[in-house]
Amino acid sequence: MTNPYGCWTLFVREVRRFLNVKVQTIIAPALTALLYLVVFHYAMGARPRAQLPVDYFTFLAPGLAMMTLLQNAFANSSSSMITGKVMGVHVYLLMAPLSAAEVVLAFVAAAVVRGLVCAGAFLLALVPFVHFAWPHPWLALSYAVLGGAIMGALGLIAGIWARRFDDVALVTNFVVMPLTFLAGVFYSVQSLPPLWRSLHLANPFFHLVDGFRFAVLGVADADPWWGLAPLAAAALLLFVLAWRLWAAGWKLKA
Amino acid sequence: MTLRARLCAVMQALEVSHLTKVYPNGKRALDDVSFAVPEGSFFALLGPNGAGKTTLISILADVVRPTKGAVRFLGRDLFRERAWCKKRLGVVPQEIAFDPFFTPRDVLRITSGLYGVKPDERWIEELLQRLELAAHADKNTRMLSGGMRRRLLVAQALVHRPRVVVLDEPTAGVDVELRRRLWDFMREINRAGTTILLTTHYLEEAEELCDHVAILREGRLVAAEPMETLMRKLAAAFLWLRPEGEVRDAQLADARLARFRPRRVQGGICLALARDERGRLNVHEAYQAAVAVFGPPVEMEVRREDLEDVFLRLTNRGGRTS
Repeated sequence: MTNPYGCWTLFVREVRRFLNVKVQTIIAPALTALLYLVVFHYAMGARPRAQLPVDYFTFLAPGLAMMTLLQNAFANSSSSMITGKVMGVHVYLLMAPLSAAEVVLAFVAAAVVRGLVCAGAFLLALVPFVHFAWPHPWLALSYAVLGGAIMGALGLIAGIWARRFDDVALVTNFVVMPLTFLAGVFYSVQSLPPLWRSLHLANPFFHLVDGFRFAVLGVADADPWWGLAPLAAAALLLFVLAWRLWAAGWKLKA
Repeated sequence: MTLRARLCAVMQALEVSHLTKVYPNGKRALDDVSFAVPEGSFFALLGPNGAGKTTLISILADVVRPTKGAVRFLGRDLFRERAWCKKRLGVVPQEIAFDPFFTPRDVLRITSGLYGVKPDERWIEELLQRLELAAHADKNTRMLSGGMRRRLLVAQALVHRPRVVVLDEPTAGVDVELRRRLWDFMREINRAGTTILLTTHYLEEAEELCDHVAILREGRLVAAEPMETLMRKLAAAFLWLRPEGEVRDAQLADARLARFRPRRVQGGICLALARDERGRLNVHEAYQAAVAVFGPPVEMEVRREDLEDVFLRLTNRGGRTS
């Protein structure tokens, strides 16, 4: 690292950016997750759910927390990058003596913080209503940080690639949303036919949701320890990809 | 490179060698451009729109990749030692853009941090004062006028105390009074040892401020010299005088005036002057010849073309009549 203070400054800038508009970036996503929780709980409340080892309300909460974390981590880095490109302020980062690794690290770390704050706000609102056992708090943190890092790096790559806000919306609506909704947030994969269960196991977001749920509730559909290594590898791979793209100036420099 | 070689090379703030930029659409924005900017100089980089000035500055700023060529910055290879060079370079880009989430004071603190420098609050305050932004320091940047934003760009480029500052049209949209104060400040910065590379369309300001000049035309360098040398070489000088009586055609055709190519201008006559090998103008000879033909003049003045005339001639845009 050649400019750690510059990297820290960029991280703080990115955190301050979303804190400046906290109604939009923290409160609204937390409220959306709460609405999902209430609507799904009451809409599905009457159905028997023999496969679930805990009540549906409790089952939903950690998955929704992880979904909120993933979507907001992605939104943080992607929106910051595309806004910077559209407004022309990204040139100040290109001009600054920051290495590509420092830029990516700062963006990804800020995305992780945004994801943690949103998911934390959602879980905090549930404190009077649900008791979570938190049998593996460090595992919960690991999944949360890995999820935030994967989505932060992915958002940065999407932001670097995009030319317009529409391009980022394309990735959000056709990649991030379907993969997070089909990650076992609202149901247990044990209740699915074998083919769908296999497809879910191939979705990395499923392992993030399932692993986080295991760390919070102690119940899981897949092996939560097995999921960590490939997720860490995915985070590393995406970090390196974002780093190489920034270093090459792809879609950033003429 | 040895230390001795580096010390010698450091006399130049910038050495641009054979710099070429061809954009993907085939446009050759820079074509084999080479020149040097002496350290401590106030250097004007001039050219009509589309001449390649902004492309050159963007390459220095690492916003555009060169196709070919090299740049040495304070004796170091700009493309290989980017981080070292960037820490010592401040750039005012032509386009005004600010993060809409922050105030001018925030912008300066953040920029300082991005350059690895902990914000120096006294220096930030001084920049805000000198650039007349202090009253607006804690407003959102969206609330600033165009001129204020451009001054904020200048403050942003100076906040990490760079050794070389590149100003791409820094006074566009800034009113005359503020422009003058901005230039006074830049002169002070320059006198303190900072090299300044400036592009501007205000050629009279460039002539007044800058000690060196380079002129680009369609991506090619057409001149790069100390301002004084360029003006001495290329700016034509004239002796204008108004004789007491009416000027007759026969007088203008007098053989004694022939080498001064006399012509009628603004109710008088204009005699073209030349320089001897030591650079001195033949004003005395022209005067004596005019007195011999017309008698003592009632009014007289030596006129020299300014940078704008030279610029227009070098960029093939015609000239103005003196």
